[in-house]
Amino acid sequence: MTKSATLEVKDGKVRQAINGFLKDLFTKKVVDAMLVPVAHPSGKNVVQSLISDPANIDKADVYAPVMPVNSAKIVQQMTRLTPTDRKTAVVIRPCEMRAAVELIKLKQIQPDNLLFISVDCPGAYSVKSYPKFTADKKTSDDFVKTGFKWAEDTNLRAGCQICEYPYPLTADITIGMYGLEPGKAILQANTTQGEAALKTLGFAIDTDSELAKKREAALAKLAADLKERRKKFFAEVKKELGGIDKLMQVFASCIKCQNCRQACPICYCRECVFISPTFELESDKYLRQAEKKGSIRMPADTLLFHLTRMNHMGNSCVGCGACEEACPNDIPLVKLFQLIGSEAQELFGYVPGRNAEEPLPASTFREKEFEWIGEK
Amino acid sequence: MAETKEQFEPKIIGFLCNWCTASAADLAGTTRAQYPPNMHPIRVMCSGTVDPMYVLKALLSGADAVMIGGCHPGDCHYVSGNYKARRKIAMLKQIFKSLGLDENRIWLRWISASEGPEFAKFIRQITEETRKQGPSPMASDWTV
Repeated sequence: MTKSATLEVKDGKVRQAINGFLKDLFTKKVVDAMLVPVAHPSGKNVVQSLISDPANIDKADVYAPVMPVNSAKIVQQMTRLTPTDRKTAVVIRPCEMRAAVELIKLKQIQPDNLLFISVDCPGAYSVKSYPKFTADKKTSDDFVKTGFKWAEDTNLRAGCQICEYPYPLTADITIGMYGLEPGKAILQANTTQGEAALKTLGFAIDTDSELAKKREAALAKLAADLKERRKKFFAEVKKELGGIDKLMQVFASCIKCQNCRQACPICYCRECVFISPTFELESDKYLRQAEKKGSIRMPADTLLFHLTRMNHMGNSCVGCGACEEACPNDIPLVKLFQLIGSEAQELFGYVPGRNAEEPLPASTFREKEFEWIGEK
Repeated sequence: MAETKEQFEPKIIGFLCNWCTASAADLAGTTRAQYPPNMHPIRVMCSGTVDPMYVLKALLSGADAVMIGGCHPGDCHYVSGNYKARRKIAMLKQIFKSLGLDENRIWLRWISASEGPEFAKFIRQITEETRKQGPSPMASDWTV
């Protein structure tokens, strides 16, 4: 059962329609603050901003095709120590929403008083290439019309091109557009909190409206298509990157700056083991390691770092691609992490970001499982 | 000089649970059970404490195989550490499969404190299997 309302979009002005809705959340006192992507005055970027004055909503640009960071990290920064005591709306992309759900499970986000709003996502460009998009005098409204073509637009971020869920799996309110004619949009309430918010704004809530049903049918087809495409894609990746020799070639350009870890929304450890004293060794230990093989690559443990990260966060990898965006040497990280992530998640029957109540695979177990590993 | 397959002596790192497999190793020793000396034991308090990182570190630093020995399911000294170990190793093995690495060099076995002969038998098995597999390409790669 889908509860939704129609969002009036006049002359294809999606940005204006969404901003009107967001502003209403303020004026009707549903929220007191809002974390939302706002156009940077330079025109070079659109950055998440915490807004307390509704007048500033006019500069919001939710559909601007740029994703500088995974915003779940920002929500974490805001709510890790204390939950917010004022109602705060958080407007984020589906991958950011999934990461936020994982961070709730990891006790990094306290969701009290947050109203999550997510969107059908047409993808985004890198921060580096976004200025080119605006230089062509294109707007987010243009992008919404031509977007939703993740596989075809090779200028999109690498993560977007192989996205599995470009639509929200959870969120209090979904701004739905996929599969609808240009200029049509719905506001879907997925929780009682979301429904109450829409009602306060004066929206008429329909159950299983024509638009909602149309979008759902389109999403079902999309999900099947994406699954099929990703299966083929990963089979190719395995051929291309599989095996220790090819893997070493991929990581040959790694400088172990650990930007990928820093940018990853799931890698939440305050002190990663790789910057801890575990890897701060006396000189003779390095020399002994070198003696074993004749020589060792320095900085040491490059592949160990990446393989360990795969083990630690692979099950929660949402495929946002922040790692690859942060890599100074263009290592195809999202390909690799989504390859291992999707296969491990399948093994554990787990979808990161699907449900905040679902336990993390590493935090639970069943007595009868994986018996092929321990038995003779 | 490169080792030929005949001369190849596998290097195996073992993470042994203090409460079971490490005791089984003791029992194997006191009962004079014969097994090859290729496995270098590291005693840990529970198989559940073995982060995949340590297994990886061993494999990337020269080990041809790694074994993790824990209590039989249901018998963990800490109630559920071995179940958690099994999930961690399942994850590690799956990642190896996905990346085209050799998951057969990672062994998880349940060996209780009273199973001295089983311990000796397993060490013979892992040594022979690893000898058949030959030197691990990961172990000798200096660029890892």
